[in-house]
Amino acid sequence: MTRRTRVGPLASRPHDAERLDIDALLADRDTNIIVCCGAGGVGKTTTSAALAMRAAEQGRKVVVLTIDPARRLAQSMGLTELDNTPRPVTGFDGERGGSLDAMMLDMKRTFDEVVEAHASPEKARQVLANPFYQAVSSSFAGTQEYMAMEKLGQLHADARRTGRWDLVVVDTPPSRSALDFLDAPERLASFLDGRFVRLLMAPAKGPVRLLSAGLGVVTNALTKVLGAQMLRDLQTFVAALDTLFGGFRARAEQTYRLLQAPGTAFLVVAAPQSDALREAAYFVERLAEERMPLAGLVLNRLTPDAVPGLDGADAAAGAARLERHHEHPVTAHLLRLHAEAAATADREEHLHRRFTAAHPHVATAAVPALPGDVHDLDGLREIGELLAGPAAA
Amino acid sequence: MTRLHIVTGKGGTGKSTVAASLALALASGGRKVLLTEAEGRQGIAGLFDVPPLPYSEEKIAVAPDGGDVYALAIDPEAALLEYLDMYYRLGRAGRALDRFGVVDFATTIAPGLRDVLLTGKVYEAVRRKTRKGSERHVYDAVVLDAPPTGRITRFLNVNAEMAGLAKVGPVRNQADSIMRLLRSPQTAVHVVTLLEEMPVQETGDALDELAAAGLPLGTVVVNMARRNDLDDRALTAAESGRLPDKGIRAGLEAAGLDADGAATQAMVHGLQALGQAHAERVLLEQEQRAAVAKLGRPVTELPRLNETIDLGCLYELAAELREGGLA
Repeated sequence: MTRRTRVGPLASRPHDAERLDIDALLADRDTNIIVCCGAGGVGKTTTSAALAMRAAEQGRKVVVLTIDPARRLAQSMGLTELDNTPRPVTGFDGERGGSLDAMMLDMKRTFDEVVEAHASPEKARQVLANPFYQAVSSSFAGTQEYMAMEKLGQLHADARRTGRWDLVVVDTPPSRSALDFLDAPERLASFLDGRFVRLLMAPAKGPVRLLSAGLGVVTNALTKVLGAQMLRDLQTFVAALDTLFGGFRARAEQTYRLLQAPGTAFLVVAAPQSDALREAAYFVERLAEERMPLAGLVLNRLTPDAVPGLDGADAAAGAARLERHHEHPVTAHLLRLHAEAAATADREEHLHRRFTAAHPHVATAAVPALPGDVHDLDGLREIGELLAGPAAA
Repeated sequence: MTRLHIVTGKGGTGKSTVAASLALALASGGRKVLLTEAEGRQGIAGLFDVPPLPYSEEKIAVAPDGGDVYALAIDPEAALLEYLDMYYRLGRAGRALDRFGVVDFATTIAPGLRDVLLTGKVYEAVRRKTRKGSERHVYDAVVLDAPPTGRITRFLNVNAEMAGLAKVGPVRNQADSIMRLLRSPQTAVHVVTLLEEMPVQETGDALDELAAAGLPLGTVVVNMARRNDLDDRALTAAESGRLPDKGIRAGLEAAGLDADGAATQAMVHGLQALGQAHAERVLLEQEQRAAVAKLGRPVTELPRLNETIDLGCLYELAAELREGGLA
């Protein structure tokens, strides 16, 4: 990872974060794309689904693109197969004229569709049969990011054209880093323009003797490392990409600009742990660098303050006293639990304040932890209410 | 005997913490262990509270009763140049590849080649001997903090994929050797989970996929298991919100925490609600514990530590892992 300069205030006092008004964001008709990003395991998919459902119940026409939902959550939304087709979710409240469609990303199929849409049937058959294409489209990590961007662009264009949706909510792939998702279009574009592609294409375009000495060295080295057969397959693949994906590059750049447009809102999702918040800080800084509109931070699974008026330290002391006398074991246990929860809540608040000190302009929606897992529409509705905050509940 | 321990788990289950603790546990008793991470997140440096790791093997901790843990954050670009140099002695041509964007292509643009390089570097570290011709390995064990469950099989199997692309030649040979190591009894893939529905389900899915790919399964590590001191009767009562007011009120009084009527009543209600949420989670955990037992793998449980994970915690968890028989 390259070293990066921190962006943020040079001096800032710790203060409470501004509240992120989720309902205002969803009600704003100018918001037409919401992207949820963040580290793995912080509840991105659930947050996306809950936001989509809340928006739909408030009258928006929503499609939510999920990447890898938990099985039961997917089933509850009627997503039984990974087939790239947005399907209506039944069982939500459509009284206010909203609609809700959901789909799961099938990266291989998305890739195949792009090929089929942009090549002659003969050429498409060739590409689909190329071993490099098969490996890249189905099993190599990283493809998901490209395809999520492609699908987002398609959904947005469909929404514009047909008027079927006025809000696209996107869950991002559980990437190894923020870079993968944001960089996908840029990377593809720079690859297709790069010297390497020209190098691979060179033998197909002109006699080898016309190549410069430097090129000759490289081609020889590649043949030595890859072997002639593999290099030929790679060349065929890249040649196909080049002719096919001129349009792909243009669309990738378009999607990138779409992400920068004011109608897009990024939500950075985190859990109150230091590594997740570190990743969140990284996202916030990265989005600012790319001039992408950040709506705020969703801080999931905060430890709730269950016993108002009882200090954590007092509870611990009280528990110790009961334990010493072997009295009231149940109360002692409850007091212990409270003391631990209070200490955890303090730690989480401390982490959040540190984040806010570094990023004072990032509004936060804080979501308390629920005892159980969310796997039905009622659960999503509950999360939606918690996201909107106490005033809206 | 296992020399390569691969640690995976759903995001948020604490797989990096478990990998680090496992490295400490394996090193104790005077052994030398390499802890590597493949995701470029510098998670090891964060856990051990040291500056970001360069692309070199640095000693970052000593284990109880002697033993060293070295750490390495694998940088795919450096790994590729090293690989080209080591196997092909490319020299000037290697630098030319770099200039023409081939290195960039291989490490960032071509999805998947990164995984080939990462697994290749791990393979090299596992097999490295103290000197040429020696039978002694540099590292007694290597622990890999691997990608999460959703991607682990694809990650480990990437060399089989490579073998499909390169029918013959050096790339093919290298890919085959890596797959041989990964599928041998020298390797074990451990899966970290929480006692929650989603991670347990993903653990089961990952175990099935790994087994189908012929990769050797290790232990299921249950992380952050909740402590519970309530007996079954109290737990059932707590779950339905029926812990008696009177008992809690008397407990508060005995603990010296009672106040005037309304404030005490509020505390009683708060504690009941807390007890209810706790019972709900504990009962869910019991259900999931049974589900984990059905996976048919050895299981080791680590307690939930109510503090920010620091080096002290890692030692504590390392001791638990040793007791659990994982090291």
